[in-house]
Amino acid sequence: MARPVSRTRRLRKHPLGRLVVRTPFYVLVAAIFVYALFPFYWVLRSSFTPEAKLFQTPIKYWPSPATLDNYRAALSSSFFTDALLNSVIVAGSVTLLSLAIGASAAFALGRFKFHGRSFVLYLVLSMTIFPQIAILGALYTTITKFNLYDTLGALIFSYLIFTLPFTIWVLTSFMRTLPGDLEEAAYVDGATPLQVFWKVLLPLIAPGLVTTGLLAFISAWNEYLYALSFIQSPSHYTVPLAITSFTISGTGSNFAVPWGAIMAATVIITLPLIAMVLLLQRRIISGLTAGAVKG
Amino acid sequence: MASVAAPAQPRRRRRTKLQRRQTRIAWLLLLPSLAVVALVALYPLGKTVYQSFTDQEFLALTPTKWVGLANYRQLIHDAVFRGAIWETIKFTLITVSFEFALGLAIALVVHSKFKGRGVMRAVMLVPWAIPTVVAAQMWKWMLDDTYGVINDLAMRLHLISHPHAWIADPSTSLASVCAVDIWKTTPFVALLLLAGLQVIPQDLYEAARVDGANMLQQFWRITFPLLKPAILVTLIFRTLDALRVFDVFYVFFGNAPNTQTMAIYDQFTIVGSGHVGYGAAMSVAIFLIIAVFVVIYVTLNRVREA
Repeated sequence: MARPVSRTRRLRKHPLGRLVVRTPFYVLVAAIFVYALFPFYWVLRSSFTPEAKLFQTPIKYWPSPATLDNYRAALSSSFFTDALLNSVIVAGSVTLLSLAIGASAAFALGRFKFHGRSFVLYLVLSMTIFPQIAILGALYTTITKFNLYDTLGALIFSYLIFTLPFTIWVLTSFMRTLPGDLEEAAYVDGATPLQVFWKVLLPLIAPGLVTTGLLAFISAWNEYLYALSFIQSPSHYTVPLAITSFTISGTGSNFAVPWGAIMAATVIITLPLIAMVLLLQRRIISGLTAGAVKG
Repeated sequence: MASVAAPAQPRRRRRTKLQRRQTRIAWLLLLPSLAVVALVALYPLGKTVYQSFTDQEFLALTPTKWVGLANYRQLIHDAVFRGAIWETIKFTLITVSFEFALGLAIALVVHSKFKGRGVMRAVMLVPWAIPTVVAAQMWKWMLDDTYGVINDLAMRLHLISHPHAWIADPSTSLASVCAVDIWKTTPFVALLLLAGLQVIPQDLYEAARVDGANMLQQFWRITFPLLKPAILVTLIFRTLDALRVFDVFYVFFGNAPNTQTMAIYDQFTIVGSGHVGYGAAMSVAIFLIIAVFVVIYVTLNRVREA
């Protein structure tokens, strides 16, 4: 089979030949690109199209005339802006709590030798694949008993079940990759474990904290099942609840659904996420693979 | 396992004392996490198992009674739950196999060196980052029977002659839910597999080329065997995720009886109808069904390794 290889090699040497070899490949790349992004284009297009034009056939692929009315409609309703604020509060608190609690656990699991360490690691790992629906009823009755029903506190409390184990797991793998010398030098100089943790290790795993924090934030921001079950009044809605509250009515037609405003809201809540993800792209990938592939 | 650095131990005879101190500090550091896990996961899990043997109703006026296995007996004869299991398993089989096949193809494409590779990797993270309910919402609009772009595109390409009600028509409703999940998750699967591809040493391929192996042989003899651990972990994670699917189905169908997943039926039983005891039995059943899949994967892995 050596011949075809050498033939393509010869083709590659010539610029035109290279084009022939590479074109199908780039067509494939372009197809993947379009597949991943077209739905976003469609959201953008719909968000800038006047509401009336959205419900006209034949449909237009470009918003003309473009309008900002949908954005005004989305941002002027306190319903949506409240939801944004609620989601920031919930996802922010969950992230900070998971990082604070998780980092200290990761310090223990990643830098200390002690009996029961692998047991705790297994416990944490099994928690990461825990189906949330399995404890819905028990959480529901507990939350009601403690008067947390229909409060953001219920969400902050219950979201820890999926953010904390993941945070511990990934931060532990970050902790383990650090070399021991710095820490040993600090101990020799008489530092306490707490000082080593604050002054030596925490700055070193700062990139890991950013990555896991972002992942925890995204999963809390996106959560739906618990929000739907534990929140009742619209003023306490999180973003996923608010954005779906118009459309869920079984399989009926989409008539009378404010699609323009919904699409504008979609753009508003996804752009910050996309921006963060693009900025921290490399770190996210390394964090995800530490959480999944190496596990 | 990476080496775990212990604090410096200058004198050997102090070791046991130091070790004891270390163990104490370690458990102290773990305490908050263990408390949270116990409170948010273990206690509710135990409580769920207990509730499943009672007739507890939400905000009931009569006290809760122990009913033994009555809930489980009822569950076995519950046709709606059986339908929900079947719907969930169909969804899982379809999405996981599509996501794996497409994801592997995309990973192989993006793994080769080309201009714009970094951009592609960033683009692939985008569908993963957005909330599932938002993705479902976007697709619901795209699949709209009158004003949706999917119908328009399909008609322009002469794939269909008249607009189709993708979501409402029972013969395409499952496919349209799967399309959302596949769109959202395939790039993520591709990224996980890509990470697996990147740790395969390049000199293996060079050696194979010198020996005259073609691309297909290289794939089957080098790429596939070395990628197997990554593939397995990806499949486990995806399967577990698919089995607890809730968001997409709920946005598309609410809790319409014929298109419920296990999670939707359970959620509605507990929160909608207030049957906490019966819902708890269902939760335990779902937990066990998912556990069966984990066991299948783990044994498959063992058998292959042996």
